Amino acid sequence: MSKILVLAEHDGHQLKIASRQAVTAAQAFNGGVDLLVVGADTAAVAASAAQVAGVARVLRADAAHLAHPLAEDVAALVLSIAGEYDVILAGHSHFSKNVLPRVAALLDVAMPSDVIEIQANNTYVRPIYAGNALLTIQSQDPKQVLTVRGTRFKAAVAGANVSGAVAEIATVAVPAATGAARWVSEEKNVGDRPELGEAPVVVSGGRSLGERFEEVLGPLADKLHGALGATRAAVDAGFAPNDLQVGQTGTIVAPDLYIAVGVSGAAQHLAGIKDSKVIVAINHDPDAPIFNVADYGLVADLFETIPALVKALG
Amino acid sequence: MKILVPVKRVVDHHVTISVKPDGSDVDIAGVKMAINPFDEIAVEEALRLKESGQATEVVAISIGTAASQDVLRHALAMGADRAILLETDAELQPLGVAKLLKAIADRETPQLLIVGKQAIDGDAGQVGQMLAALLGIGQATFASTLKIADGEVEVAREVEGGIETVAIKLPAVVTADLRLNEPRFVKLPNLMMAKKKPIETIAAADLGVDFTPRLKRLSVAEPQARAAGVKLNSVEELVAKLKNEAGVL
Repeated sequence: MSKILVLAEHDGHQLKIASRQAVTAAQAFNGGVDLLVVGADTAAVAASAAQVAGVARVLRADAAHLAHPLAEDVAALVLSIAGEYDVILAGHSHFSKNVLPRVAALLDVAMPSDVIEIQANNTYVRPIYAGNALLTIQSQDPKQVLTVRGTRFKAAVAGANVSGAVAEIATVAVPAATGAARWVSEEKNVGDRPELGEAPVVVSGGRSLGERFEEVLGPLADKLHGALGATRAAVDAGFAPNDLQVGQTGTIVAPDLYIAVGVSGAAQHLAGIKDSKVIVAINHDPDAPIFNVADYGLVADLFETIPALVKALG
Repeated sequence: MKILVPVKRVVDHHVTISVKPDGSDVDIAGVKMAINPFDEIAVEEALRLKESGQATEVVAISIGTAASQDVLRHALAMGADRAILLETDAELQPLGVAKLLKAIADRETPQLLIVGKQAIDGDAGQVGQMLAALLGIGQATFASTLKIADGEVEVAREVEGGIETVAIKLPAVVTADLRLNEPRFVKLPNLMMAKKKPIETIAAADLGVDFTPRLKRLSVAEPQARAAGVKLNSVEELVAKLKNEAGVL
């Protein structure tokens, strides 16, 4: 029986979907799953996390210096309890990508990252070459440290632990801040739209929307209660903010509905959307590669079609 | 201030790769190779720090066979002062690469190490963080801007939902994201001149570092392709399909 630690992410109130997806992935190791919640005051998150299905124990790591957790400090914290665990796992987010390679290096183990499938005997499948090939690897290390692609695992149900049971909540000692780094500031793109990686509907635009990116696509995203996404070209041209970039080097999405507007369909973009349930492509170019992966295609002028679509949706 | 920049030779990002019929690996025979794009951004950032007087020397380093000299020549042609090749024909994985780079960092003692955030072949995105951990120093990953002040490097990091700014004490590792800069175009005369700049070759096996792969490669497969769907004629038809057929509205 393995002992598994999932490094969680949260918004101060509840776990991010990626962490609940990681909890589901963790069940593949057939053992007890502890969830580590890091922050300045994690009482509320821990109470909510304790009700997530499949969580045996929630570990609270509270310290003033963890209000904005830094890789150096979180890695030191994970290492301080790593001895108790056979598997350390997290969603493949910016947070975990920052922290877990540090942990793996100091434990002297190799780290499979962005794992899409967990098989028996520490064997994993992960995409390489921007998703153009799938590599199957088997770890030779005694301890497993990995990140998983959340969209490949169904999120563990929140507020529904088995038979209404609530996981035990324990507190862990937090090592002193390393002092190697300090948090300066953050600029969050505020708005009422859901986060790109978590939204059930994503409306994504390419460079051809130009300066009218938000004006044309915003109303459609809002009508569908979806998030906005963008191609690398649209971001590079300054038509959309960086964090909207969808693709292998941006955010990987798998919504129920992905609407690609004026998106040509570059390989690295397609790698980031191919797990979407339904893909709609709207493009004036009938030969755009996006049509090869879209369930529904419309060859049409974007600037006329999108307002018409918003209207047709009522 | 000395800056160390690791560069990797990868399949050119314009090339669409294919998987070998026997499923053993990706077929890269005869394929165009190039410097990993994120590493090129890292070299560019190091050069800009030197050109603005904040750095004194830029050292490029690569690990691999003698073929990796071409990406070192590219870094030299961009303006790097010298280059080191850790020569080996063994399979390399991120942990082993980080250990080899640590051995060189211990010798070169750079104040700043700028590393591409990931290589576009393996897509692991680990070397910078592992290297910082092994060196016992701080890190700033996914950098979109970088400035040096008062013994620290201040970095704006691209994270979910926005930008986070952190300041790391030097020496530090920074990993370069796409928008940190746009690398300069290398002109032919510079490439010719780069041929005269020194590349120091060291046998990786002589560094006393165990870089044996820990992840056994079992197979490589093509991903399942999505089938193309249908082209529709009107917005009304699209809405009807989404409502009645796909059931996503």
